[in-house]
Amino acid sequence: MSPRKSTPKMRRLSDLENIIAAAKESRQKETKTVIAVSSGTCGQARGSNRLIEAFKKALKQDGLRDRVILKATGCHGFCEAEPNIIIYPQGIFYQKLEPKDVSNVLNQTVLNGEICEDLLYVDPVTGEKPTKEEEIPFYKKQKRLVLGDNPRLDPTSIDDYFSIGGYGSLLKVLSSLSPEDVIKSITQSGLRGRGGAGFPTGKKWAFARAQKGDLKYIICNADEGDPGAYMDRSLLEGNPHRVIEGMIIGAYAIGAREGYVYVRDEYPLAVANVTLAIEQARKKGLLGENILGTGFSFDLHIAKGAGAFVCGEETALIASIEGRVGEPRQRPPFPAVKGLWGKPTVINNVETWGNVPIIIEKGAEWFASIGTNGSKGTKIFSLVGKINNTGLVEVPMGITLREIIFDIGGGIPGGRKFKAVQTGGPSGGCLPEKLIDLPIDYESLTQAGSIMGSGGMIVMDDRTCMVDVARYFLNFLRDESCGKCISCREGTQRLWEIVTDITEGKGTMEHLTLLEELALAVKEASLCGLGQTAPNPVLSTLRYFRNEYEAHIKDKRCPAGVCKALIRYSILAEKCTGCLACLRVCPQGAITGELKKVHVLDESKCIKCGACFEACQFDAILIE
Amino acid sequence: MNGLEVQAEEGWTLLDTARFYGLEIPTLCYHDGLSVFGGCRLCLVEIGEGPKAKLVTSCTYPAEEGLIVHTDTKRVIEARRMMIELMLSVAPYSKKIQDLASKFGVTQVRFKLRNEECILCGLCVRMCAEQMDGRAIGFQNRGYRRKISTPFDIRSEECRLCGGCIYICPACQLRCQGPEAETAVCNACLTLDPTCLDYYNELQCWMYDAGRCGTCVREAPKKENPLASSKP
Amino acid sequence: MEVDLSSAQAIIDKHRQQKKALIPILQEIQEVYHYLPEPVLRLVSKKLGLPLIDVVGVATFYRAFSLKPRGNHVVTVCMGTACHVRGGPKVLEEFERQLQVKPGETTPDNQFTLETVNCLGCCAIGPVVVVDGNYHAQTTIRKVGRILKPLRKEKS
Repeated sequence: MSPRKSTPKMRRLSDLENIIAAAKESRQKETKTVIAVSSGTCGQARGSNRLIEAFKKALKQDGLRDRVILKATGCHGFCEAEPNIIIYPQGIFYQKLEPKDVSNVLNQTVLNGEICEDLLYVDPVTGEKPTKEEEIPFYKKQKRLVLGDNPRLDPTSIDDYFSIGGYGSLLKVLSSLSPEDVIKSITQSGLRGRGGAGFPTGKKWAFARAQKGDLKYIICNADEGDPGAYMDRSLLEGNPHRVIEGMIIGAYAIGAREGYVYVRDEYPLAVANVTLAIEQARKKGLLGENILGTGFSFDLHIAKGAGAFVCGEETALIASIEGRVGEPRQRPPFPAVKGLWGKPTVINNVETWGNVPIIIEKGAEWFASIGTNGSKGTKIFSLVGKINNTGLVEVPMGITLREIIFDIGGGIPGGRKFKAVQTGGPSGGCLPEKLIDLPIDYESLTQAGSIMGSGGMIVMDDRTCMVDVARYFLNFLRDESCGKCISCREGTQRLWEIVTDITEGKGTMEHLTLLEELALAVKEASLCGLGQTAPNPVLSTLRYFRNEYEAHIKDKRCPAGVCKALIRYSILAEKCTGCLACLRVCPQGAITGELKKVHVLDESKCIKCGACFEACQFDAILIE
Repeated sequence: MNGLEVQAEEGWTLLDTARFYGLEIPTLCYHDGLSVFGGCRLCLVEIGEGPKAKLVTSCTYPAEEGLIVHTDTKRVIEARRMMIELMLSVAPYSKKIQDLASKFGVTQVRFKLRNEECILCGLCVRMCAEQMDGRAIGFQNRGYRRKISTPFDIRSEECRLCGGCIYICPACQLRCQGPEAETAVCNACLTLDPTCLDYYNELQCWMYDAGRCGTCVREAPKKENPLASSKP
Repeated sequence: MEVDLSSAQAIIDKHRQQKKALIPILQEIQEVYHYLPEPVLRLVSKKLGLPLIDVVGVATFYRAFSLKPRGNHVVTVCMGTACHVRGGPKVLEEFERQLQVKPGETTPDNQFTLETVNCLGCCAIGPVVVVDGNYHAQTTIRKVGRILKPLRKEKS
């Protein structure tokens, strides 16, 4: 990677203006080819580090270091294609690379401008092989306002951020806008909290600004506890300065002098990159006393979570920073009035902060032109589960589920049938096939029995048991509940017990009535959002998939073939080739047979572990 | 509050206000002289009107200008009953909770009984810390694993054996020795079933203690329920 | 069992005995000692001026802390929704079978501790298993044996 001269501390607004202009110019004039290697946490888990080492070695050996810049960027969003690279300026996208592909990439594409066909993305339906990032169906329908800069940036370099115009919005704010102007702009844009509740951001800021007193705080909620959601991680790892810029602007608008970025403990790379970014910003004079000579002072600290989902709730998060257990408290008073250490505090989600710079840059009207009437702008979703194109998708509000799952997501793998999509994490619900054309916004999702949540979108196929899904979420919630309210603590435990009984074939029809009654009580009587939304997974699956519950109860059968007590494994004689594969992996020795002879499964020994199903290449294991 | 215009002093909660006006709201984890906790969820009241109306604990919610409060709507009563049912399922031998069950018409416990003699109301913790200045016991873990114990579950050096925790505990008390002593829900005394709820959305008696006037009482029917746990 | 308190003392001093720094202090102690020993918690309580019961309350509330010593190798299986839908529970069961422990427990020879975590945010590569900080993508039942094999060969 080519070394870059580090810019000194800036003391005046004009310093920042000049630095940004110079960095932008330098980037525009860049003649070298840039190879951006996607290196977020999952990129690294799939081998991007080895790939980078291979590139480094080859560049040195072939003497190409003065012609090629190698950049380890944050996540590019298309996780299914990891490790992937984008070659600039052409924008060529190569996927699933291995170290052995490095020489071809360099010799064919970089030096000779030829495409390496075998490294291109292949559309599973049309068979086409688009060469450029924007031509790939996964990216086409997206509108990557927030995540789009990830592939262009080295997240460990503040100068790289300057070179794409970064901190330009802060410059605009400090030079020409009053705090009230900023709040007005955010309010008019229609930005709503991206953490899940969707509270109008401008309104929250206005409340906090109106509070008397010198000491106010802002917090970035990066606790992202929803299982299946990782867009905040990706943004913090790949573009931490974007979030920091948003926070500095917010602090200026509200009148806060200190801020915290509360990152969950399970995101070590995000913690590292944000910590580094804060240090860099401080060194450059963008954080600290008298920022750029304007008289405005603000500094940021990192606080790490310690493994508690409930700390994503505002008041629990505050308690955690104060060194106490993450127990939510009654509101009013709201954090904007009385928050961290009793002072006015604004807490916003990572993605919310990430939207602030672009609203300032392009204007409230522009932002409000995207999305629906009630939900403006874009939203990042993590599209995971039984889906072909797993990844992070950023789309305008109002897009339909069908477009996300099929056009962008490429549909269900293995030719299986779409059954449901779960949104909103443990606070959300499962939406069935008949709602596939639902346009996504805060209101429509709530009406359908789910919520927007932080953006997790888990796709399920006909092999997913919805009763098992309800049980999974209840298990999660009974463990993560802080335990204060009996309605939540005991309520989720009892809901889990009843649903478990149903999955084990011990359910009765009266259980369904009891489930609904108890679920309503938990929803009504609990103090915080965790308890109030805990019944949603159960209620939504009962609403749309009642027949599955009834099958478990009346027929003692699990239609999806998941609940152990209600299924049996057997070998289909007509498909068995006698290859011994299943026999070898069975931990209980329940399969007997000889080579080239049909195998037999002894049900009395079978523990339904699934090892044989995994091993068989001929679909000869039947689960029913 | 319940249609009456009431005035509260600065710093009063809804519970303080209700008590001042003689409106009775059941409580368990609330105790004069100890800080509020809000964990038992018995003192729920409905605030606001229309679709935005919600239930909050009156012991913690501060009195607000213009707030509309109802203490005994159908929503409140049904939620309250479920809280009692949940408490009974973990502490069926507590006289205090049995009395609450009788008073509020809880006639069945449809969950598997787990006799823990503790509903995690936290009264003992607050008693020890605030009144006795001991801090020998406290909450540990979270969620369904939550418990109250001494540090490391061993004899605490701070504990002065004052007995305050036992005194204040609503769960670990002798139960009544009534005719249905072996069942999870006794209900032998005080079975009241106000008939006004058949016609109105909220309890009609202003001076609480439902049925005191006698005009609406009928005997609670013995419901046959396959899920009722009758053996402790 | 004797526990060397000097590292803990240094961490407490670094945070200037501030009560509000309790959680970062415990996090750093966990990193050094690999768990929170009883004598260390007593020291924290004393030096920070916090009741021991409050320190223990915080230590037991958060999943990142362990009051019991951990094995030489920590195997963490992700139980996030995406990993669950892709067969995570079956992978966990296989680990339980091969290691003969339940989540939260350590093998008698102190070699392995099996843990679960509620989503690591790597859903695209699920089911995910992390062993000693190394991420394993798309874990299957058959891969479990291969993951454990090289670790079993090591002597503690």
